[in-house]
Amino acid sequence: MNEKTTLPGAGRRRFLQAAGLTLAAAGAGLTQARAGQPDPAITEVQDWARYLGDGVAVRAYGKPSEFEKHVIRRDVEWLTASRESSVSFTPLHELDGIITPNGLCFERHHAGIAEIDPSKHRLMVNGLVQKPLVFTMDDIRRFPRENRVYFLECAANSGMEWRGAQLNGCQFTHGMIHNVMYTGVPLKYILEEAGLKTNAKWIMPEGADASAMTRSIPIEKAMQDCLIAFAMNGEALRPEQGYPLRIVVPGWEGNMWVKWLRRIEVGDEPWHTREETSKYTDLLTDGRSRRFTWIMDAKSVVTNPSPQAPLKFKGHNVISGLAWSGRGTIKRVDVSLDGGRNWTTARIDGPVLPMSATRFYLDFEWRGEELMIQSRAMDETGYVQPTKDELRKVRGVNSIYHNNGIQTWLVRANGETENVEVS
Amino acid sequence: MSRFLKICAVAGALTLLGGHAVQAKGFGLGREALPEEIAAWDIDVRPDGQGLPEGKGSVKEGEEIYLERCASCHGEFGEGAGRWPVLAGGDGSLKSEHPEKTIGSFWPYLSTVFDYVHRAMPFGNAQSLTPDETYAIVAFLLNMNNLVKEDFVLSRENFTSVKLPNQGGFYMDDRETAEKHFWSKEPCMKNCKPKVEVVGRARVLDVTPEDNKKGPRVD
Repeated sequence: MNEKTTLPGAGRRRFLQAAGLTLAAAGAGLTQARAGQPDPAITEVQDWARYLGDGVAVRAYGKPSEFEKHVIRRDVEWLTASRESSVSFTPLHELDGIITPNGLCFERHHAGIAEIDPSKHRLMVNGLVQKPLVFTMDDIRRFPRENRVYFLECAANSGMEWRGAQLNGCQFTHGMIHNVMYTGVPLKYILEEAGLKTNAKWIMPEGADASAMTRSIPIEKAMQDCLIAFAMNGEALRPEQGYPLRIVVPGWEGNMWVKWLRRIEVGDEPWHTREETSKYTDLLTDGRSRRFTWIMDAKSVVTNPSPQAPLKFKGHNVISGLAWSGRGTIKRVDVSLDGGRNWTTARIDGPVLPMSATRFYLDFEWRGEELMIQSRAMDETGYVQPTKDELRKVRGVNSIYHNNGIQTWLVRANGETENVEVS
Repeated sequence: MSRFLKICAVAGALTLLGGHAVQAKGFGLGREALPEEIAAWDIDVRPDGQGLPEGKGSVKEGEEIYLERCASCHGEFGEGAGRWPVLAGGDGSLKSEHPEKTIGSFWPYLSTVFDYVHRAMPFGNAQSLTPDETYAIVAFLLNMNNLVKEDFVLSRENFTSVKLPNQGGFYMDDRETAEKHFWSKEPCMKNCKPKVEVVGRARVLDVTPEDNKKGPRVD
């Protein structure tokens, strides 16, 4: 991140629009009846209560309500040179539970979305194997399969925030993550079908898209828990997520989860591909870089309130957020309302699964005071999510990737919420 | 035995085999890949030169191809047009406030350049470059980074003799030792700091997306 010079004018109004409400209405509720008067939402017969709606199969593949049109992936135009090699962000502030709906999973493409005819898709396994093999999609579906829920986080998630608070919205600061139940074949079965040679130490998945994405993965990880997935959340992978086949590399950076998977090569050394040398290496202050920083450290973010979803009401409110760790399960999440001076342990609800997003809540009373909301995740290995300053102390500000520092949202008296950094 | 019971019996026997018992013998799925098929897809190149195709190309040939097929995005001098990647320059910038990560200043291995250009460039017309053209472009990129002279010819034979300056600038992920303090004891819960002040605000920067809005470039 550089060139912070050409910054255009104030965006407060836009911020308010993005938040989807005018804050003058905060604390009142837009459609609420006047005190003491009967509520027309109750006393008047609504259209939907009188007339017939669409019949079955009119919506052969169902979509969200038209009132949810704002719940979409968004991109940051200035971030990249073209949309074919770019990223869009998951609207985390509009979601709950732990599963990301398929159509809202953030996208990262390097040569646009490959639209693949599954009857023409092949998976090849070659290199240091007894017998190089080719599989059709029908073959893949005849292997024993498993269902597992994992988060996928881009290593560059929060990468724009290294030098300070930059983007107003957890969609943009933290939205390069999704959490999905995959159905797929353990990669182990496929590698064993080809028969690994004794000097097999690494694998390299390759995509069928025009970027022919490649990454090196150590054989231990490949045999331990990688999946060759063909379904997400119960249906076929979406084209944006690698239809018809992608590799799942649990807990490790999203770039390794090669989409449109067409080949796996087995070798005795890493390949040092473009995506693990010029990109996805972490430049530190001494001018040297860490490489093969595969694991995603424990991280969390409060999704509500956040800049796109400000507090609207005084009184009882729910703080909600997500926590995850590439090293296993989330053990605990603490929330602070005063910028990290004091912490309260949040309530975790829903499944707590290894290398999956975990939902947490803090129920609280808001009296209209200014809040500095933070969350802090801890995982089963005892790792505690660091502050941004603690991270910078070790890594400086040029490493782009793996920014898992604690996020602060400043909530003002009118409910307006902003991305800030605190001392 | 009724047909239904027979089916049940067979199903039971299959269940008893269990996933791992079957797996030890393999599943009998897939077919052997043909050499021509492997050759068509297996084009990757490693730092030790494994995977390099026969061929060669000169700086001069590379310049011509580069200007025709690469310069519109990467710039005539590798400076990067608009927000497209910069390919040359940035020497000595890695410790600075704004590091410029180019082939010459940052990339550790030349094989990565060959592999990437051959598999994914030009953007929008991937795998259209012949091995000779790729050698030529890589030779020109080396020259652009002042790493070879103008009369240099890159080939499979001399490829591994070219070293990039920053090869030694990388080391294996050491977070579990260098950042061991993040595996802290019980974290502080009460009165963890004397006071808290806002020291930075996203709104000051004002780069959150909006229609027709431009902002700084982020790698």
